[in-house]
Amino acid sequence: MTAQQLSPAMTDSKRDSDIPTTSGTVPVLKAGSDPGVVMDCRIKTLHYGSFLAVRDTDIPIVPNEITAFIGPSGCGKSTVLRSLNRMNDFVNGFRFTGSVHYRGQDIYAQHVDPVAVRRSIGMVFQQPNPFAMSIYKNVAFGLKLNNFKGNYDERVEKALRGAALWDEVKDKLTTSGLSLSGGQQQRLCIARAIAVEPELLLMDEPCSALDPIATRRVEDLMIELKEKYTIAIVTHNLQQAQRVADRTAFMFVDTSAGGRTGYLIEYRPSAELFEDPREERTKAYIRGEFS
Amino acid sequence: MAHAATNPQEIPAQQSSFRKSLSEPRTLVNTALTVLALLFSVFAMFPLFSVLYMLLAKGATQLSLSLFTELTPGAGMEGGGIGNAIVGTLVVVAVSTVLALPLGFMGAVYLAEYGGESKLAVVVRFCGKVLTGLPSILAGVFAYAMVVVTTGSFSALAGGAAMAVLMIPTVMLTAESALRAVPSKMKMAAFGMGATRAQVVTKIVIPTAIPGILTGVMLALARAMGETAPLLFTALFSDYWFGGELLKPIASLSVLIYNFAGSPFEHQIALAWAASLVLVTIVLVLNVIAQIVTRRPEEH
Repeated sequence: MTAQQLSPAMTDSKRDSDIPTTSGTVPVLKAGSDPGVVMDCRIKTLHYGSFLAVRDTDIPIVPNEITAFIGPSGCGKSTVLRSLNRMNDFVNGFRFTGSVHYRGQDIYAQHVDPVAVRRSIGMVFQQPNPFAMSIYKNVAFGLKLNNFKGNYDERVEKALRGAALWDEVKDKLTTSGLSLSGGQQQRLCIARAIAVEPELLLMDEPCSALDPIATRRVEDLMIELKEKYTIAIVTHNLQQAQRVADRTAFMFVDTSAGGRTGYLIEYRPSAELFEDPREERTKAYIRGEFS
Repeated sequence: MAHAATNPQEIPAQQSSFRKSLSEPRTLVNTALTVLALLFSVFAMFPLFSVLYMLLAKGATQLSLSLFTELTPGAGMEGGGIGNAIVGTLVVVAVSTVLALPLGFMGAVYLAEYGGESKLAVVVRFCGKVLTGLPSILAGVFAYAMVVVTTGSFSALAGGAAMAVLMIPTVMLTAESALRAVPSKMKMAAFGMGATRAQVVTKIVIPTAIPGILTGVMLALARAMGETAPLLFTALFSDYWFGGELLKPIASLSVLIYNFAGSPFEHQIALAWAASLVLVTIVLVLNVIAQIVTRRPEEH
């Protein structure tokens, strides 16, 4: 079963809407200006109130790859990630120009329901945030939201296996998700996100609250997951980007206008970016001259 | 002393002993203040324990099965119990809970999840805080005007309405803080999965806040149960069992205590002591239940 089958809201709106996209109404995966891009992010400006947080950042995300966003603190990498599933809508004064196309559909178009967008795009947050309910119910939560009618036990087990957590929790599925350790909680959150089999998984510094061993497990997990999913990850950890990411976007802060505006410097395959950075700032950052 | 900071090597030489000494002024002050704080906390507990002692000493001798199963005796008569008053209190409290819980709870959901800092929410919250300090007799006046005058009789319903006025602000404000205490990262997780606001509120926020909400309800109940003034001219009193009619006067423990404590008859005074003990026990049990439900075992 795929995400399309699971999220009727999204596919229905695709089928029913006559909103012209660049390539019309061809089948779901082929839609969009470039079939090789699952999420085409083109941010012109992104404001919080009068504060220009991000400008000129185009990051096309390629399916079955891990795309990392790196850069110094305050460069807007998390802001960019959160604009990919409209989580910024919760911030007062959020304004956006540009476009974000997910499988050919502009998720900032007038007719789009942000709730439907978020159902199709999974998200894992910086802090592990399981719900105050049992491990099983945590994982089944998204399935219920999507009115999933199939075999819950099977899907919960599959998601927990996928998140490399099954063996540790299979005998205590009814205990609270909050009783797990930090690393287990984060893997539970990943299981919760992948239970609905979203095509794209957004991860906002998923390892920043974890110890090195738990971090390594989550990284291994990401590499396994990219067989089936596409992952976009924000990370502070350059080694992590080097270890897991196929492509890396380096963002930087522009303070010339007085504010702190993040923008994209360089977006290339990770191996190239880390071994032979084109831009001076990328070089300096990778050498650890500033953070 | 100033040179010590510039020359660290000299510090050990000056500090010859780490021994605690009461002759040192700050040690002395420290000890004295600790003793004083302890003393005052004991004093603060004194009224509670002296009341409990009196109730046990005077009320416990009256405890018997008939106390719970028989009607209140008339003036000068022997025997009887306080059965109708116990049932009456429970009925009035049940009525007030039915009235106050939905109002208080829905108000809290509005304040915590929808109202934010809007003008309406600020006004409602302010009124709630003012109402928590409302003299209970005024709640009685309100219920008298609204229910007794309208229906033409003192009644359980009027008593329940008076108590509900007292309960609503407590329920609303404690439930609001319980709802607000739900971590926003949990709500964001649900929003991130594509839950609507209504789904986030009903599936995440309310279930997570339930223990805190129940605590507020229990505390409001415990407070309302002991109130006498609002019942005096709303529920009045009745020497008979509750017959299922909410529009008739009804007995209650607090009014029984008020009536019998001032009675010239020894037996009625003794029953007032017993009723006090029963009332305090019920309130105590409610408080203990509130404590237990607040403790969330699932969080480590």
